[in-house]
Amino acid sequence: MRYKFLTAAFAATVALNFAGPAAATDLEVTHWWTSGGEAAAVAELAKAFDATGNHWVDGAIAGSGGTARPIMISRITGGDPMGATQFNHGRQAEELVQAGLMRDLTDIATKGKWTEVVRPKSLLDSCTIDGKIYCVPVNIHSWQWLWLSNEAFQKAGVPLPKDWNEFVAAAPALEKAGIIPLAVGGQAWQASGAFDVLMAAVGGTDTFLKVYKDKDATFAAGPEIAKVFKAADDARKMAKNTNVQDWNQATNLVITGKAGGQIMGDWAQGEFQVAGKTAGKDYTCLPGLGLNEVIATGGDAFYFPLLKDADKAKAQEVLAETLLDPKTQVAFNLKKGSLPVRGDVDLDTANDCMKKGLAILAKGAVIPWTDQLLSQDTQKQKEDLFSEFFAKPDMTVEEAQKRFAEIIGSAD
Amino acid sequence: MSNSERPSKLFRNLNAKVASIPMVLTALVVFVGGTAWTVLYSFTNSKLLPRLNFVGLDQYHRLWSTSRWLVSIENLLIYGVISLVFSLVIGFLLAALLDQKIRFEDTFRTIFLYPFALSFIVTGLVWQWLLNPDFGVQRVVRDLGWTSFSFDPLYNSSIVIYGISIAALWQGTGLIMCLMLAGLRGIDEDIWKAARVDGIPTWKTYLFVVIPMMRPVFITTLVIIAAGIVKVYDLVVAQTSGGPGIASEVPAKYVYDYMFFAQNLGQGFAASTMMLLSVIIVIVPWAYLEFGGRKHG
Repeated sequence: MRYKFLTAAFAATVALNFAGPAAATDLEVTHWWTSGGEAAAVAELAKAFDATGNHWVDGAIAGSGGTARPIMISRITGGDPMGATQFNHGRQAEELVQAGLMRDLTDIATKGKWTEVVRPKSLLDSCTIDGKIYCVPVNIHSWQWLWLSNEAFQKAGVPLPKDWNEFVAAAPALEKAGIIPLAVGGQAWQASGAFDVLMAAVGGTDTFLKVYKDKDATFAAGPEIAKVFKAADDARKMAKNTNVQDWNQATNLVITGKAGGQIMGDWAQGEFQVAGKTAGKDYTCLPGLGLNEVIATGGDAFYFPLLKDADKAKAQEVLAETLLDPKTQVAFNLKKGSLPVRGDVDLDTANDCMKKGLAILAKGAVIPWTDQLLSQDTQKQKEDLFSEFFAKPDMTVEEAQKRFAEIIGSAD
Repeated sequence: MSNSERPSKLFRNLNAKVASIPMVLTALVVFVGGTAWTVLYSFTNSKLLPRLNFVGLDQYHRLWSTSRWLVSIENLLIYGVISLVFSLVIGFLLAALLDQKIRFEDTFRTIFLYPFALSFIVTGLVWQWLLNPDFGVQRVVRDLGWTSFSFDPLYNSSIVIYGISIAALWQGTGLIMCLMLAGLRGIDEDIWKAARVDGIPTWKTYLFVVIPMMRPVFITTLVIIAAGIVKVYDLVVAQTSGGPGIASEVPAKYVYDYMFFAQNLGQGFAASTMMLLSVIIVIVPWAYLEFGGRKHG
């Protein structure tokens, strides 16, 4: 990690020295993609950008988005902006844009007809503030997946569930066989994310939007949401023996058949692939928990800080175009395990689960994700609530719902 | 002597005064200025970037109705009492034992002080493994035959803060021991002789003669321990990240999380102002007693 950081710092210094006379422009790009699969995906972006005659200077920041974002933000606000940076599109960079620190990409977007090629449209909407486009979405990551271990269900002697309700019903049998029914890691965002997935699956799309988009606190305190909390209560009982922290350790419990299933985003699929497991045979995926087949359009995007250097500004334009290029999109997303943001590209080599996702996307069954709807502040409060709820069995469902409604009431 | 030749008080020792200007400025601008700035912005609704948009006491209202903050305060109190009492008691006992002119004193001193050379992050990771039920103490005892033995403080919400305190004591007691030992060595040998002549038992000499004489050492120690308590952050991050759930959260972590992860500067500033306030509440009466009442020579 330190090595990477040093390399990045060194590379940045080199970039400063040679920026003027060199024909190829160096552009530093910061991101938090550091796991094996992620690094391979970034290398595809770098390769495509280098092919345009410019040079991608990799500024990887290890330790996930939570660690990386404060570093990126302080570099931008502190007057040392990079050429381009990753964020989850939505509201993470909202204030940077409002403070005039980010570059308006509307011209490039018009030229490249982004409004026509980017699908679903809500992706570009998340990049748009006051009618101007500020970011380039590069992929779609959706949370709405239930990953099941075929082996675990076989061992417990119960048929594979087709949806969440059957899964809950099968939990006692799994427990009897010494299997943790549901793996939920100890990190706060996992409990909070699982709850949002349950909200969209058990409550339905309208319920989800009414709470997170309209921020209707009375509704959040009402009987519809009580049903979602009932499901979350089931989930917490099923997850009570998970003694791991990281999401990939929890996924590993499913891979090895020690846990029945996990609610996790499509990035978990990379773990199954690395372990040499086949979709359908070794593991099963249920989009929308089998209840409400929708896909949330969270994901990653690149933002471009406003730079004074004209050469670099030009290189930014080239990078923005490159990121949305159909060829780059395919190469990048296959490695990353995410869905492309263009509807007109072909992913022949995608596996079963990815194809399920693409089909749902093609049907247009999409919802915006909480990253797009809620501020980071509200997200953090929600994480605090649900990590407490999942770790503390004596916290009642009613109390949790009351506090949830308060958070929604004060959300912005 | 004539008045005109005598330099005014302001210019006496001029070199030293000039030399200390940078430090005075740093203290004023960075410490006092930074503190004032933080307190001011804690009354605004600043999010990612500081903005002067005043909202009164809203941030404080929210802070004190957040269960995570309340849990943090409670944890800080428990952690504070434990580290204060135990590091003083254990530190003093170790020092007193080492002071008995034993053999290999240097070796023991090095062993006891060694943990202090480790950062809190390393300490936290070591103890995370030691207290992990699958590879740590619990596993070892179970392998020895006591299969129903259970010891998993870091995975039990109600006792997790004690698990963290164990690591903190392991790390910090050595330093306290050294300070105490230095204090004990400062006690004149004649006092011991006098006590022995009078037939006073050793423990009574310690309790009623030596400890009162070591008052300055105790005060230094107290300040060092107290500062360590209020700022505890890295140990918790390394051991539990505040978990399970929010059971081992501490105020400093709340400040950091809300300033940087939640992009809510106002809330983070309000929390740090409360931390400052709590320090002031402890420090001011003590400083008044120590420096205000009577003049030391």
